Amino acid sequence: MSKKKTTVTSFFVVVVVLLLLTIMVRYRVIDEYTSQVLTIAGINVIVALGLNLISGFTGQLALGHAGFMAVGAYTTAALMMKFNVPTFLAMIGGALMAALFGFLIGLPTLRLRGDYLAIVTLGFGEIIRVIMINLPELTGGPAGLKGIPPFTTNFQWRPVVSFAIVAVTMTLVIVFLSNLLKSSHGKAIISIREDEIAANAMGINVFYYKIFAFTISAFIGGLGGALYAPFFGYLSPNMFNFQKSVEFLIIVVLGGMGNLTGTVLAGIGLTYLQEILRFLKDYRLVIYPVILILVMIFQPSGVMGLFGNREFSLTALVNKLIGAPSSRPKSEEKAGEV
Amino acid sequence: MDFLQQFCQQALNGMSLGSIYALLALGYTMVYGIIQLINFAHGDILMVGAFVSYFVLRKWGITPVTLMLSFLPSMLFCLALGVIIEKTCYKPLRDQPRINALITAIGVSFFLENGARVIPAIGPNPRVFPTLPVVNYTWLGVSISRVQLLIFIVAIVLMLLLNYIVNFTKIGKAMRAVSYDKDAAYLMGINVDRVISFTFALGSALAAAAGILFASAYPQIEPYMGIMPGMKAFIAAVLGGIGSIPGAVLGGLILGIAETLTKGFLSSQLSDAIAFGLLILILVVRPSGLLGKPMGEKV
Repeated sequence: MSKKKTTVTSFFVVVVVLLLLTIMVRYRVIDEYTSQVLTIAGINVIVALGLNLISGFTGQLALGHAGFMAVGAYTTAALMMKFNVPTFLAMIGGALMAALFGFLIGLPTLRLRGDYLAIVTLGFGEIIRVIMINLPELTGGPAGLKGIPPFTTNFQWRPVVSFAIVAVTMTLVIVFLSNLLKSSHGKAIISIREDEIAANAMGINVFYYKIFAFTISAFIGGLGGALYAPFFGYLSPNMFNFQKSVEFLIIVVLGGMGNLTGTVLAGIGLTYLQEILRFLKDYRLVIYPVILILVMIFQPSGVMGLFGNREFSLTALVNKLIGAPSSRPKSEEKAGEV
Repeated sequence: MDFLQQFCQQALNGMSLGSIYALLALGYTMVYGIIQLINFAHGDILMVGAFVSYFVLRKWGITPVTLMLSFLPSMLFCLALGVIIEKTCYKPLRDQPRINALITAIGVSFFLENGARVIPAIGPNPRVFPTLPVVNYTWLGVSISRVQLLIFIVAIVLMLLLNYIVNFTKIGKAMRAVSYDKDAAYLMGINVDRVISFTFALGSALAAAAGILFASAYPQIEPYMGIMPGMKAFIAAVLGGIGSIPGAVLGGLILGIAETLTKGFLSSQLSDAIAFGLLILILVVRPSGLLGKPMGEKV
């Protein structure tokens, strides 16, 4: 009974937090600029979470996540503009298309590992970008695609709706991933990172789980792109270059590879930092790589490594608050951090 | 005959581009052979090399002699830069997982690119690299420009020099020993740190030379100019078998020819996609490359 109570309470806490934040955006307690930054941060976090699944948890460094994002964004835009598919369905379609690409990119993992795989994913990302540039009927070519319909045509509600949709999606992704990682599939994925050969010897179908992780990771990346398209209303192939993929990698590395909490914190933190450092103009471009190098040399486990690589756990918090005995000392569910 | 002539012309252009890739690929392959690191920043060393030569040539004026002389400061500067990068960024990570060093290398690469962008003397806008007047020599309808001739000569001289250093000097023997077995080399009294630094120095100097040649052939230089040649050279190194020095040269030439043939006969937009496609193909079919030795996995 107690476990069910915890779950229900956690669910309500998440809903209330999301509602409160949305209301705050609606009544300008959080001003439009901040909500815009938070929305971008949310999209970045979503894609970075997807990347963390494959790079942090499965241990396969991927350098082409901007490519999945591009597939998701362009598919969504094309479905909405050419086929008049409703926004929500178009977004699902975009994410599914990205998942298909993720599956295809996962196939070479049969033979490749480590840095070779990183280069192949990088190559795939670049190929996707080149193809986008060369398909002007669908993507608008190098000039980009304009006039993607926004989430809502009501001008006043637009920031609120964008914010709410991104926040809800991000929460769902976090809940999904934390549950996935606790399941036997998740344990299998993590065992591949720890020692591929040993995992194989223990009867884990390494190839299957790598493809599985790649597909889900690409789906989440595509979802980020699908949110991106209606939110910005404009897409260009060069938005999704190698530089962009590395930005997501920096979020994952700074937060801590294989730590969801860290990715969320680092995603929001770095997106904010980018805004705060705007006065530095081009100099901020130098700060990002310096952060990356310093983190790798001095704190390779990232920010959350400082806290023993633990995850923020909402259920544990709720248990403490309602006084129920914690059913699992290290339960890992985590949600509602927007 | 017209098609054949055009084919030969494109193949020649490809070989000159391929020689530049080969010079760059040598740096990748040597560093990978010794510390199993894909040095992402290697392409950006090419950019730095081109810019050093640009500043020198702007000061001295462009003549064939100054162009040749400008190799010296450029190669020395990049040599020092390569060693500094290795000592500060890669050395502390040597006993950590290889992925960490790889991520650091990406960081170094972005640092060099964006760093060059914010330096006022370089800036984000493309600059025109000083070039000699174009002279073409034609033979049987196939023409070779003076720049291409320069590329071939410099590339061949540097490769012969490298071959001499690696195969016939003491430090070269040490390099081969370290790449064969680092721990055993250390036990035999080889200063492994020094050998690694030397490898970076050698590779970076070659990259600087490649940068000057690249800038002479495509005289527009900007902070991000090193990315694509860097990627292509890496692909060339993998194609030839990473860790193998003749492989890097072979891979560079193949890639250069494949690229110009694609540009000449298919589409100029697709040439980058073709290069990456080639990489994926070779990695899936024969990951050890054309001249590399297949390696079993140790548990």
